[in-house]
Amino acid sequence: MTELSVVELPDSDVAEVPAGTGPSRGWVTSKRRRSPRLVRYLFRFIAIAYLFLLVAWPVSLVAKNTFANGWSSMRTALADPLVTSALKLTVYVSIVAVILNLIFGVGISLILVRRRFPGRRALSALIDLPLAVSPVVVGLALVLTYNRRDGWLGTTLEGHGFQVLFANPGIIMATVFVSLPLMIREVAPVLEEIGTDQEQAARSLGANARQTFLRITLPSIKWAVVYGVVLSLARALGEFGAVKIVAGNVAGRTQTATLVVEQTYQDFQQNTAYATSFILAFVAVACIVIVSIIRPKGNK
Amino acid sequence: MSIEVRGVNKQFGDFVALDNVSVSIPSGSLTALLGPSGGGKSTLLRIIAGLEFADSGIVEIEGLDATHLPPQKRNVGFVFQHYAAFKHMSVARNVAFGLEIRKRPKAEVKARVDELLALVHLTQFAGRLPSQLSGGQRQRMALARALAVEPTVLLLDEPFGALDAKVRKELRDWLRRLHDEVHVTTVLVTHDQDEALEVADEIVVINEGRIEQIGTPDQLYDEPANDFVMSFLGPVTRLGGQLVRPHDLDLSTSDPGGASLGTITRVSRVGFEVRVDLEVADEPVLVTLTRTHYYGLGLEVGDVAWVRPAVGAPTVASTGREVRTEEPVSAHPS
Repeated sequence: MTELSVVELPDSDVAEVPAGTGPSRGWVTSKRRRSPRLVRYLFRFIAIAYLFLLVAWPVSLVAKNTFANGWSSMRTALADPLVTSALKLTVYVSIVAVILNLIFGVGISLILVRRRFPGRRALSALIDLPLAVSPVVVGLALVLTYNRRDGWLGTTLEGHGFQVLFANPGIIMATVFVSLPLMIREVAPVLEEIGTDQEQAARSLGANARQTFLRITLPSIKWAVVYGVVLSLARALGEFGAVKIVAGNVAGRTQTATLVVEQTYQDFQQNTAYATSFILAFVAVACIVIVSIIRPKGNK
Repeated sequence: MSIEVRGVNKQFGDFVALDNVSVSIPSGSLTALLGPSGGGKSTLLRIIAGLEFADSGIVEIEGLDATHLPPQKRNVGFVFQHYAAFKHMSVARNVAFGLEIRKRPKAEVKARVDELLALVHLTQFAGRLPSQLSGGQRQRMALARALAVEPTVLLLDEPFGALDAKVRKELRDWLRRLHDEVHVTTVLVTHDQDEALEVADEIVVINEGRIEQIGTPDQLYDEPANDFVMSFLGPVTRLGGQLVRPHDLDLSTSDPGGASLGTITRVSRVGFEVRVDLEVADEPVLVTLTRTHYYGLGLEVGDVAWVRPAVGAPTVASTGREVRTEEPVSAHPS
């Protein structure tokens, strides 16, 4: 097969229609034009006003209050060892939680989409549970399971010298629990959409399961994974209810940033509370903005 | 024999996709698996490729028992109906995929990719993404990708099924010429009898999970094993319990011996062809003639005429398994 003369190919197929100039596109545009301009502006105004009053204005007030006296609130907050240790703990917990979410989220998505087994629908429903259940309930459930006196698993683990509650493992578990669905709900639909054709083609070309995953599946779901990471990171940074119950809120040790916000606010250190809140919000918003900038256009 | 399939059975739940199928595919030939949608031909191809596994039976490729081998160990090239292009890779990277997996030296990979892109006329598109190609170009890329690993067999699953009619016709002519150059054992699944008759050296007709007939296009056309094969491969009409091709029927104004008498109910003309509908013993019969032949007879609607199969024309007893000619089989994709 090395000395092949070229087989003549008919040329009619070579002429192509440039992408996006098909008839369907024009149809959509003309359809859109049918709703009167006034109605369109009205809907647009309602949507923007809604977002503004609910999200943009309150969040910007946090920023405004934080910087009401220039950088002094921020300096005071960052000089407080309680705040800095809480921020460090939050970063540590979030990173570990996101890594766990990444591994288990992609793994569970693959199983959910690519395998057929009894109980698959039940598993799929179960994954949404953390989104539906209040984080406080999640925290209580973890306490019931892992407490050292009569917890179902807690007594055994405690016997082996492994403390879950009121320590980092508990905080991480609570954070993973509430943020896992965000990862799976990003990745699973994309896996579904890309189908198995490309994976089968890779297998027929000699790739084993690992090569197929790394070279074909993972690049195809890359942006879903990135988005899942960002969303679960943002969620992990901000988790409050579940963490408050399992962490015990020991200042300087098991107090995360959100818990510091609550405590300082109640202790009339509003400026510190605002500054910490601002840092949390800023990081989360920055993540989402950065991803939406680097994400290729028209690639969902 | 390049591919030996012996006694293969496959069920999906209650549905029997393949029922004790045995077939031998000779080296270097282009074989078409032809049959209606859902007849089991794609399942057989996917079992040969290792993308599905048979419930029982044996698959051998080049003398090697491949029955339980995973697809990546079979050295087959597979081309999918919907291209299965690696969307995140350029055309050149797509073609290089199998070679990179095999860890071939970079220079060799590049040379081979260039050669294959030239073969499928995509050299100038090497740097593009599959989404920037037309359907026909994508399928040629998929073909180059499958050929890159020098497969022992090339398997094509309805490769032109997603393309429009004109491109489909051109690509199958091109595939035939490509095969004459490359000589790799090729198995093509199609539901389009014209495609099979034009392209294949040998046709395996599969229906309802069973093989109806195996033979060259001429054998299948001239000596159909049963009414299903005959009706699937071209137009048929029924005359006195026998299936016969409408263009194999002779019309005459006087009794030539062994003919039936019928009344002409309708005459229509499509290009050079004249379609004459008759009623013979209360049953409709269709005869097609060239227009010169028809005008020479001087017959019109309401006239009576003698009709009989031409000498040597294939006829098959009708058992009610024939495909209705009113709905051309090629019209609906699988």
